[in-house]
Amino acid sequence: MSKRPDNKLLFDGADWDFNSLKATYDAIEDIAINEMHLDVYTNQIEVITSEQMLDAYSSIGMPLMYHHWSFGKRFVRDDVMYRKGYQGLAYEIVINSNPCISYVMEENTIGMQALVMAHAAFGHNHFFKNNYLFKQWTDADGILDYLQFAKRYIAKCEDRFGFDAVERILDAAHALMDHGVNRYSHPEKPNLAAELERERERAKYEDETYNDLWRTLPQAEEDTETQDEQHRRLRREQRRAQFGLPEENLLYFLEKNAPGLQSWERELLRIVRNIGQYFYPQKQTKVMNEGCACYVHYHIMNRLYDKGQISEGAIMEFIDSHSKVVFQPEFDDPRYSGFNPYALGFAMMQDIHRICVDPTDEDKKWFPDIAGNNAPIPTLCDAWAQYRDESFILQFLSPKLMRDMKMFMINDHASAPHLEVGAIHDDNGYRNVRRALARMHDLSVREPDLQVVDVDLRGNRQLYIAHTQHDGIRLDKSEAELTLGYIGQLWGYGVTLQAVDNDSGEILHETHYTPDDFAPV
Amino acid sequence: MFHIIDRRKNPKGKSLGNRQRFMRRAKAQIKKAVEESIKTRGITDIDNGDQITIPGKTLREPGFHHAGRGGDRNYVLPGNKKFVPGDRIARPQGGDAGAGGSQASPDGDGEDQFQFVLTRDEFLDIFFEDLELPDLLKKSLKQTTAFRTARAGYSSDGSPANLNLVRTMRNSLARRIGLRRPKSSEIRELEEKIARLMQDDETLPGADKQANAEALRVLQAELDEAKRRSRAIAFIDPIDTRYNQFRQIPDPNTQAVMFCLMDVSGSMSEQMKELAKRFFMLLHMFLHRRYEHVDVVFIRHTSRASEVDEETFFYSRETGGTIVSTALEEMKRVLKDRYPTDQWNIYAAQASDGDNYSNDGAKCTALLAEDLLPKCQYYAYIEITDEREAEIFSSAEGETALWKAYAPLAHTRNARFALKRVTKAADIFPVFRELFAKNKSEART
Repeated sequence: MSKRPDNKLLFDGADWDFNSLKATYDAIEDIAINEMHLDVYTNQIEVITSEQMLDAYSSIGMPLMYHHWSFGKRFVRDDVMYRKGYQGLAYEIVINSNPCISYVMEENTIGMQALVMAHAAFGHNHFFKNNYLFKQWTDADGILDYLQFAKRYIAKCEDRFGFDAVERILDAAHALMDHGVNRYSHPEKPNLAAELERERERAKYEDETYNDLWRTLPQAEEDTETQDEQHRRLRREQRRAQFGLPEENLLYFLEKNAPGLQSWERELLRIVRNIGQYFYPQKQTKVMNEGCACYVHYHIMNRLYDKGQISEGAIMEFIDSHSKVVFQPEFDDPRYSGFNPYALGFAMMQDIHRICVDPTDEDKKWFPDIAGNNAPIPTLCDAWAQYRDESFILQFLSPKLMRDMKMFMINDHASAPHLEVGAIHDDNGYRNVRRALARMHDLSVREPDLQVVDVDLRGNRQLYIAHTQHDGIRLDKSEAELTLGYIGQLWGYGVTLQAVDNDSGEILHETHYTPDDFAPV
Repeated sequence: MFHIIDRRKNPKGKSLGNRQRFMRRAKAQIKKAVEESIKTRGITDIDNGDQITIPGKTLREPGFHHAGRGGDRNYVLPGNKKFVPGDRIARPQGGDAGAGGSQASPDGDGEDQFQFVLTRDEFLDIFFEDLELPDLLKKSLKQTTAFRTARAGYSSDGSPANLNLVRTMRNSLARRIGLRRPKSSEIRELEEKIARLMQDDETLPGADKQANAEALRVLQAELDEAKRRSRAIAFIDPIDTRYNQFRQIPDPNTQAVMFCLMDVSGSMSEQMKELAKRFFMLLHMFLHRRYEHVDVVFIRHTSRASEVDEETFFYSRETGGTIVSTALEEMKRVLKDRYPTDQWNIYAAQASDGDNYSNDGAKCTALLAEDLLPKCQYYAYIEITDEREAEIFSSAEGETALWKAYAPLAHTRNARFALKRVTKAADIFPVFRELFAKNKSEART
């Protein structure tokens, strides 16, 4: 090992105070901004106690959140788990806001504080500010104000309309939170004035082109049945146009169209929808986001050590915590519970770094664009900005990493009595494994595909929701029934859930709910 | 601008509102769980908070999710050791082992049980919900002797002990400013000035001396005037003083006394005594929690009866023969001595195994019917039977001596008298609830 420069240590021992914290932050910032050229929101580090951390946990990590029993449920569970020692607390929570708020716990040692500041205040922060999904979906400047508004508004509703009325709407809205996101942007909703204008133009056109002669022409002999059929089809088209169907954003549809909702109830749906929207990018970039943060903290901590700013003891402590975080148990390990996004993310970032700096022939073949470009950090920054988990894995997972992690693919066909190994980490398997892993991280595959398809306006106002079934994967029955009940509560009339086969387009089965079934469970 | 902010002093417990909402939501389940837990815990720790487990089902947060299995799917796992493509693996039984594709939702669909700790207050509140003493408040209040003292504004006279300093000083200050009473600091200043001039006087040359003397004279006059005003205008004048005023308000708080009568004779096994004690412990806690002013009288008896204190009642051992009427006599005596019927609501609970000295039954019935029941709002008799004997006693012939003696009373005075059997710890809470449930009057008929 080359001799390290004899710089003054930033800290010594485990205890921290605000001065050493500040000095450490400055040293980290120097590396992050001047060496790595990260682009971050202004940082705001907040020191909190473990109790406050528990509080923050329960309200999905947000510093301000409206009250709901489900957060209380999370709180009492975490409380028990923590007190009994089953579960530690996170070292930090970071919020995608501007300024970017990172909570660090007072119990952390100074070495740990350095790690979490590098991780959250620079790693996550850079990712939040630069990734295209976050840019497109979230408003970091406004989120805290919006949460403040939401909290006040909901508290006011509770005062005016009672806990039960608010809880009823929030429960239903939470059940649909995952389906309250516009995955593709919609055309702007036309406003009333524009609508009337269009109507006038249409009437004018009819007036201008009116010719009484047409009336005198003999009617064509048409089969009445086809005429009926045609009418029905026309009406259906009309309805679909009127409601903007099919609509995949169930919460949006209910907010705008449910006949019986009060305006405050619509506002509650809107609040839940907006918060769901805010978290939507995070769900799609878990591997990348954590990978980015881990890569950044790993790089920064090592640089601090190289520059002689932290001691051997501190770097040992860091390595210990770091390796715990990026540990990936193998599939037959009792600790295994899916891919650890920290582990996969960090391994991929390190691998890209390696490909840029020290590529093998294989890498040159697989990644001709970046192999050996000797610009690891710009390459990574570019990836962090432009990809989400699915596309990132599809693009950057290298054969070497697949070998290192010994990835293999299982085919699970319900009709077959056995599981079958479909591909492993060999020349024939790389692409299959990679595609399958990318699909596992694709939100549109992971979450069921649901759409509002029709409303029976002239009849009993039945609402039709279609679940497009891919590869024969069904919905969890009891969950779906409960959720459908919630939709019924909001809609106020019957709801039909249709399972539609993706390939043939035929309706596999239907589940009907009539309002009588909507009695609270 | 970068900030490090210390938030540690911020209030914690931001989730309290959430916790309360959760408790509201889970109330029915929590209540059931609390009742379960009371069956199993010892007497002494009833009073502590408890960890309870409630079924997770009604706390479900459903959503549209893919089913855990079925359909065609493929997923990637790490850590291949020996597999090659085409290998077949037996489907893992149960659980979703290896289903790396389906992200288990954090709130776990399979989460059937949900554990958390109630605080003591939460526990007891739920525990004693919907219970109350029947017919309290019945007594006419003509003899109310209890008064509550309440504030009733301020008055200009009163006893010095009730002097309201703030009001008094406010008036005093206003008056002093209004009448331009010199402040003591002003007087002190004048005095210092004079002293300085006097000191200077000795060193000064002649011409200045005269000017100095003049100044001195003016100051002296000013000082005299200030002192005069200060004397004439009192610092606190009687017209400044204000007193807190209190008024006695008759307090309609009813007085109640609960008699706890327990058989501790030899026929009661330790286990039965334990049951009886459990019952009284519950009763005791209930009264303490719900009513501020309830007297509790503990009477235990063998062939003799005596009034004892709480400690002795619950924790000391005694044994001997059984004459139930002694306890009733004792109760009658205490009633007569200390609890006149016109001022007190009177309740009694008696626990026994039902054994009695053979000639005593008639006497007991008479005492109860003639002397005690007319005075009592409510009298509950709990018979504790051995679990093995319970079946025998369930038949009519198997009734114990005391039950036989008491049973007719329940028919004639059913509004005031209730009897129940308890055979095991698990019975205690339901019986207790039955005896003290709200709206009992309807339930009892």
